Amino acid sequence: MKKSPRSLLWFIILLTISAVLINLPSEGFFSFTKNLSFKKGLDLAGGTSLTLKADMKSLDENQRGKALEAVKTVIDQRTNYFGVSEPIVQTAVSGNDYRVIVELPGVNIDQAKTIIGTTAQLSFWEQTASSSAVLFKNQQEYLDFISTQSAQVVYPPSVLLVLGTYPNKTNLGGADLKETSVGFDSSSGKPQVQLKFTSTGAKKFADITSRNVGKIVAISLDNQVIEAPRVNQPILTGDAVITGGFTTQSANALSRSLNAGALPVPLLYLQQHGVDATLGSESLLKSLFAGGLGIIIIVIFMTVLYGRLGIIASIALIIYTLLVVSILKISSITPYAITLTLSGIAGFILSIGMAVDANILIFERMKEERRAGRSWHEALDLGFSRAWTSIRDSNIASLITCFVLYQFGTGSVRGFALTLAIGVLVSMFSAIVVTRTFLRTIYK
Amino acid sequence: MNIIGHKNWYFSLSLLVIIPGIVAIFLWGLNLSIDFTGGSRLTLSFNNAVDSNQVQAVDEILKAGKIKVASIEKTNKLIFVRTSPMDQNQNNKFISVLLKEFKDIKEQEFETIGPVIGQETALNALKAVGIASALIILYITWSFRQVPKPTSSLRFGICAIVALIYNVLVVIGIFAILGHFLNVEIDSLFVTAILTIIGFSVHDTIVVFDRIRENLKKMGGADFSKTVNASILQTIDRSLNTSLTVVLILIALLLFGGESIRWFVVALLSGIVIGTYSSIFNASPLLVLWQEISDKRKEAKK
Repeated sequence: MKKSPRSLLWFIILLTISAVLINLPSEGFFSFTKNLSFKKGLDLAGGTSLTLKADMKSLDENQRGKALEAVKTVIDQRTNYFGVSEPIVQTAVSGNDYRVIVELPGVNIDQAKTIIGTTAQLSFWEQTASSSAVLFKNQQEYLDFISTQSAQVVYPPSVLLVLGTYPNKTNLGGADLKETSVGFDSSSGKPQVQLKFTSTGAKKFADITSRNVGKIVAISLDNQVIEAPRVNQPILTGDAVITGGFTTQSANALSRSLNAGALPVPLLYLQQHGVDATLGSESLLKSLFAGGLGIIIIVIFMTVLYGRLGIIASIALIIYTLLVVSILKISSITPYAITLTLSGIAGFILSIGMAVDANILIFERMKEERRAGRSWHEALDLGFSRAWTSIRDSNIASLITCFVLYQFGTGSVRGFALTLAIGVLVSMFSAIVVTRTFLRTIYK
Repeated sequence: MNIIGHKNWYFSLSLLVIIPGIVAIFLWGLNLSIDFTGGSRLTLSFNNAVDSNQVQAVDEILKAGKIKVASIEKTNKLIFVRTSPMDQNQNNKFISVLLKEFKDIKEQEFETIGPVIGQETALNALKAVGIASALIILYITWSFRQVPKPTSSLRFGICAIVALIYNVLVVIGIFAILGHFLNVEIDSLFVTAILTIIGFSVHDTIVVFDRIRENLKKMGGADFSKTVNASILQTIDRSLNTSLTVVLILIALLLFGGESIRWFVVALLSGIVIGTYSSIFNASPLLVLWQEISDKRKEAKK
């Protein structure tokens, strides 16, 4: 490297100053950095992570990918409606399993389930010719009927209770809705949810109401009947009203979740994980404390072992820490935000150890060259150039591991791999360029 | 110090270290967490220190709800419970019953993993370890391609991987023992630790190998085992100093890093210590052993 150490020194100083500015707390005087903050993972921020499996039984093979994307869109919309900050919604296909992975920071499991509304499927049921004219008189009759059914035909119990045996699920569903709103019944003043169907939906609804005049049609949500009105006359306008004994609040909630779109397919829970926010911040504080302590220990250790060289390595180490922290912060405003997790912090703290390793390699080499009778200057250059191959090879091996971890890992493992990889790359810069420039400036 | 001359002693020591763990693996198996088997995990926190009556009450309430309890552990103010897969309704019911009994309880963490996901995680972990090892052999073989005779670059790669597999087995063995006696679990964080150990131990081994490569070029026709021994001695300061810094950091993490990463740190700590030992006393002596065997074969042919 023939570059003059002076210009490199200025570059390093400039880099350090900007890193310090980025890392300053965002309140008060330094408010221009307020958009930069760590993107914290669920284990630090608290929140819920869910893995859902889309039930694709009813769909053809070639429609399934599309349906999965539709599920993602619906969940995306719903998290927005409920104002969840920084939700993550991803899809994954594993063999024959179609999955959606949802991470909702700051939301507990119960709230998360309301938001996603796994089974918030609107459906309309009607009676068929084979339906019993007489409804079940009591629970026992209903249970008797259920026991006669073959396993494949499963009717929601609440539908059977209002429609009798063998009801039919019509082809009208949540997908046929154009919009919904909340209104109030003109006579009773009670809140109600008003539905407006799309043109195809209106046609389906007209058909259903025409063939069921005088009969009961059940409207169910999540297989729970919310209303079972008797049809007085065919409704051809494509408007309907649900008056299922709502409070204003529950009417609003229903309208909102219907508006955000009904899920095209039912979802099942494969995995759920909720972390309380206090637990997260406790873990964060603990690991940051451990990290700070670790840096102090290394500074003492290096100074004892290598004297003046050790102090320079320690300064390089502190610059290293500042740089990695600002990379993590800056990434939060790019599309490639690095999520900080507990294991990610562990990876970062570990990379501090690896950053020091490069310096130890170089210093040991310099000691050797000095012993072989070389001048300080020669020892410095030889130390760096001869240690380089082992620094390069060992760090590439670490990067390979990070790459594989990232490919096969999920969530926290990925965070660990990414922070470790950034740490390894920056450590090569700090150990070689920064330390060398300092040494050259001092020993000129 | 003549490490290569006493290499058979060190090989015996290495065997002595690994055997208890291997026996434990075969005898007791691994204590796999719900990450791999599927199930539920709960963390309950109390305002005051937990006593054994409370632990027993939690156990009874779960059993009354027909939920199979795999383990219950307590620390100062926390109770950790592992059970068969529990759904949200079962969990809500459990918590409401619990709240009637103890006013100051709070569920800090609840996790359920289906068995399908568990199997996948296990498979991915195995794949990751396999692929990482293969890629590292390839890289070392490529990077050491100019290594002079009498050795070959592939040997460097394979010896590094044998040392690596040794390290991984020792750590897994330690956790088989910990799993049996202290109920320590192998979870996906443990897999992360294993992969990091792989990275580190290769890191350590490469530093020694790099010096062997350099010395082979410099010393030319000198005795192979003497060259290797000199290389080990030249790098031993660095190896020990580096490991010491990492070990110091890990001890800080172990003491102050909190409960949730404690065993992760223990896995890393044992892996780093074993890895350093292995890079000095296993990897390079293996290279020499290989050389000696191939020399003998050549002589037998003559």
